[in-house]
Amino acid sequence: MTVAGAIEAENLQKTFKGGVRALDGVSFGVEAGTVFGMLGPNGAGKTTAVRILTTILPPDGGSASILGYDVRRQPAQVRRVIGLAGQYAAVDENLSGLENLRMIGQLTHLPRRAATARARELLAQFELSDAAGRSVKTYSGGMRRRLDLAAALVDRPPVLFLDEPTTGLDPFSRVSLWSVIAELVRDGTTVLLTTQYLEEADRLADRLIVIDHGRVIAEGTSSELKAQLGRSVLDLDLGAEELAEKAHAALVEQLGRGATRRASTVEVPLDEGPQGVVDALRVLDSVGLTPAGLTVREPSLDDVFLALTGHVAEDSPQ
Amino acid sequence: MTAVMASDRTALAGGRGRVTPVRALVDTLVVAERNLISLVRIPEALFFSSVQPIMFVLLFRYVFGGAIHAPGGYVNFLIPGIFVQTMAFGAVQTSIGLAEDLQKGLIERFRSLPMARSAVLAGRTVADLVRNIGVAAIISGVGFAVGFRVTTGAAGFFAGIALMLLFAYALSWGFAVIGLSAPNSETAQVMSFPVLFPLTFASSAFVPVATMPGWLQAFASYQPVSQVVDGVRGLMVGGVTDVAWHVELTLAWSAGLLVVLAPLAVRRYRRRV
Repeated sequence: MTVAGAIEAENLQKTFKGGVRALDGVSFGVEAGTVFGMLGPNGAGKTTAVRILTTILPPDGGSASILGYDVRRQPAQVRRVIGLAGQYAAVDENLSGLENLRMIGQLTHLPRRAATARARELLAQFELSDAAGRSVKTYSGGMRRRLDLAAALVDRPPVLFLDEPTTGLDPFSRVSLWSVIAELVRDGTTVLLTTQYLEEADRLADRLIVIDHGRVIAEGTSSELKAQLGRSVLDLDLGAEELAEKAHAALVEQLGRGATRRASTVEVPLDEGPQGVVDALRVLDSVGLTPAGLTVREPSLDDVFLALTGHVAEDSPQ
Repeated sequence: MTAVMASDRTALAGGRGRVTPVRALVDTLVVAERNLISLVRIPEALFFSSVQPIMFVLLFRYVFGGAIHAPGGYVNFLIPGIFVQTMAFGAVQTSIGLAEDLQKGLIERFRSLPMARSAVLAGRTVADLVRNIGVAAIISGVGFAVGFRVTTGAAGFFAGIALMLLFAYALSWGFAVIGLSAPNSETAQVMSFPVLFPLTFASSAFVPVATMPGWLQAFASYQPVSQVVDGVRGLMVGGVTDVAWHVELTLAWSAGLLVVLAPLAVRRYRRRV
């Protein structure tokens, strides 16, 4: 077997009852051992794509394969090589962490003893050993997500699907989950990750696609996309409108590029990264101004969408 | 390298990766164990299978019982009815539980696992069966304590238990259909009771059907719960004419319900995502 793409999707189509076109011809390939990010707002079709690739939902049209196994014709083989962790943290609340993982282990055909051993190993790896015997009802949101991720890893799947793994988590839990995912990738797991957060895709994904209304609207590496989609912006707060006006005039004149003024703030696009900050401050200094406040903003998903589609990312029902 | 690993796995799983009958059975038992653990940990579920039947026994035996006249004494009339009513009420937990599993995404996880697809529903109904054996033991204990006496011998008693377990098993599949059709667990519960109430109360479970108005008798005499109750009553305490007929009708109803409802539940399960 050739090691082509670990995940291949070709012209996937899915229309739900009521005529909602969730996927309208989505194609992409994921190389083995890499992290592939699927970025898009709620209702863009990310979860539908994951459901099709994990054999939960049949596509209306198009084809997809995981490690060469066709998701429609060989679902049983596909299920043996994938792990899925979803945004809803699908674990049984009434069972303890250990019981949950043991159940998944047994359902992936491990004998009971081996399933228990594997469960303990994962609980330790995800720092849940202390809560192993407690029912999941008592877990915090972050602990549930970690358990959900652990459940996806019981069978050491070579291909892992993470559907918005950190949505709704606090920043601390999010960062700790990111480091776990990064570790998995070092071990050679192929990961498909969906997210609404540009920062998350940027941190984890080697390549990514942006989807909106069931279509791929951009594709590339994170830095390619960022260069194409949006750039960091320097916000300079001058404290007063007339000072901002003066600063704006000087910046436009000396830097020779567009800057925009909003009330007492001037926004300068940073085309060449941090150097732009230095340049802008030099200009201000040369006209005797000192900013009262200064922020460098990464482009947000909203900026990306605005740049790509001309409309703001909107929440539409899944 | 990853691809090689993948083909090894499938080879281990056996040929085309299909699930063998033995695997399906193991998967069913694993799911059943999970549901039984949940049963013990959900206070409402435990209440429905233990405290509630005891309350019903006491309520009908001592509060209503004095006003109800039944051949052979009310307590012997009542307990077979309580057995069946409790099992029918317990089946609601199946609809609630499945609706909850769908809602919380647990079913999606099961679907992404290399397990037998049939195991989710089979495991749930097998867990119901085990719970109902426990229910039968509890009610027997309470029943004997309040004066229930088997007059036909051990064989008749256990035949009665087996009959109601069979019917309850068929009923579980019906409530599975409801659970898989409901948008959430609350609705599943609400959808279950309009089915449950007429079946259990407009039956021969608590009062002799002959005391009901004519139009209700027409329903109460022929509906399945009355057949089971009369069959169980006949097997355990006698005094029922045509016991064999009620037993046969119960077997026919159970088989009929299973043949219709099990495929329906499986179909709903396949369609719901």
